Amino acid sequence: MSMNKIIEFKNVDFRYADEESDALNGLNLEFYEGQFTCVLGHNGSGKSTMAKLINALEYPTSGSVITYGYDTSDEKNEIPIRRKVGMVFQNPDNQIVATIVEDDVAFGPENLGVPREEIRRRVDEALRLVDMYDYRKHEPHRLSGGQKQRVAIAGVIAMQTNCIVLDEPTAMLDPKGRREVMNALLKLKNDLGISVILVTHFMDEAVKADRVVVMNDGKACLDGSPAEVFSHSALLKNIGLAVPKPMELAVSLKENGVDLKETPLTTEEFIKLFKNYIDNRG
Amino acid sequence: MIKDITIGQFFPGSSPIHKLDARTKIVLTFIFIIFIFVCQNFWSLGLLSAFSVVVFLMTKLSPKLVLKSFKPLLPIVLLTTVLQIYYVKEGNVLFEWKFITITDGGIFMAIFIVVRIFALLLMSSLLTYTTSPTDLTDAIEKLLSPLKALEVDVHTFAMMMTIALRFIPTLIDEIDRIMSAQKARGADFESGNLIARIKALFPIFIPLFISAFKRAIELTDAMSCRCYTGGEGRTRLRQMKMTYRDAFAFVIMAVVCSVIIFLNIYFKNVI
Repeated sequence: MSMNKIIEFKNVDFRYADEESDALNGLNLEFYEGQFTCVLGHNGSGKSTMAKLINALEYPTSGSVITYGYDTSDEKNEIPIRRKVGMVFQNPDNQIVATIVEDDVAFGPENLGVPREEIRRRVDEALRLVDMYDYRKHEPHRLSGGQKQRVAIAGVIAMQTNCIVLDEPTAMLDPKGRREVMNALLKLKNDLGISVILVTHFMDEAVKADRVVVMNDGKACLDGSPAEVFSHSALLKNIGLAVPKPMELAVSLKENGVDLKETPLTTEEFIKLFKNYIDNRG
Repeated sequence: MIKDITIGQFFPGSSPIHKLDARTKIVLTFIFIIFIFVCQNFWSLGLLSAFSVVVFLMTKLSPKLVLKSFKPLLPIVLLTTVLQIYYVKEGNVLFEWKFITITDGGIFMAIFIVVRIFALLLMSSLLTYTTSPTDLTDAIEKLLSPLKALEVDVHTFAMMMTIALRFIPTLIDEIDRIMSAQKARGADFESGNLIARIKALFPIFIPLFISAFKRAIELTDAMSCRCYTGGEGRTRLRQMKMTYRDAFAFVIMAVVCSVIIFLNIYFKNVI
């Protein structure tokens, strides 16, 4: 698959001002257009720092980050970069600005100086896409966590960015909220062709991605399709990550003489493979 | 207990008062407050109070709501009443005992001031009851926009107000959470003398401030990610529109004010 490179980390080192060690340590990483990429890693692996470097919230200590052709270290590129890449953060409460849902979604386009009628159209469209249109007149603090995150995602859609970076958007949500956010993101990628970069530590989210990048000690240590990445179960365990449960089960079945032939990533796949196994045996 | 705090409480509705433009409501409330002090006798004050009651009835809000907003002011009202009766010594003497002299002038003056306070309170609470905080901030931004000529950053001021309003419920939830957490660790907020109680608040406010600063930093990141660079070149989704209703409201206010000036001149002052 040949795809356009949209973001490129070249030998990036990064250290926070008050820290002893590097958060990123010679990171080389590329992201491609139209891909849904999940970035996995345990706490302190540098995955959130990586996300902040993409749209110039932080600058590399050495090396360079090129986002849509713009060098993030150059201050005058800030706005052009942020018009291309939107960002959603972990705590939904700390990224909603307005006291009414639709006003918040309008915040980005308002900052860009989009004409009023166009803002109206974009806001309605974005809210429909994340299934929050019925809540457009509500106050954000009365919404659930999943709903707030979907409002935040709508805020990025309304800016018509080409790429959306999400820094653990589901970490503070319940399973229902997590499903809602994940569905909204898949819709973004499939319906609008927006590139999604999802930083997370939930394996069940990673299996739905086109590509999984695993970070450890400020470097990318695994990179490939979910099936490829999760086949390195020993390495993943070593760096404090678990493989998805259906996969773990299949591996221990195999060790005990039950070979499902393929490796399931989701529960549905597991059930299908297991059925096949039983049918073939019988 | 924390949940009872209400700041700028808004009660949505579809009354003619709700539908007025927020700018109209602010300006008219302002004029009303000035005229409360223009009134010098019971005729003019009576008319203006009657006007505020009519406006209140038009909002179709529950009287309980207004009575609730009067409650915290009762001690002040009582104190003013006592001071007025004690200090004003004009008119006929009704009662005399040692150093206390009560005159009918003093009683009139006390009643006059109490009516004034209540009318003032009624009208200003109607403003916040019938106008959403967002509309209020937008209106304030618009009304203050002439100050831009004096290099006052009106947009930033309005943005600060919006963010403050947005975070009041969030921080109230946070206080509740911190209080529960501290109670679980054996903190006691309800007993002891005044100093002990004030001291007991430190374990609440220190974590609250720390978290508020953290929130502020994250919010700054979120806002700059959404290309916020200040008021310059911003467009707005919300648009304020004056309608015939607003014109009508201004005409009514003008009539009421003219009649008040007339009544002020025609009848003699209260004392």
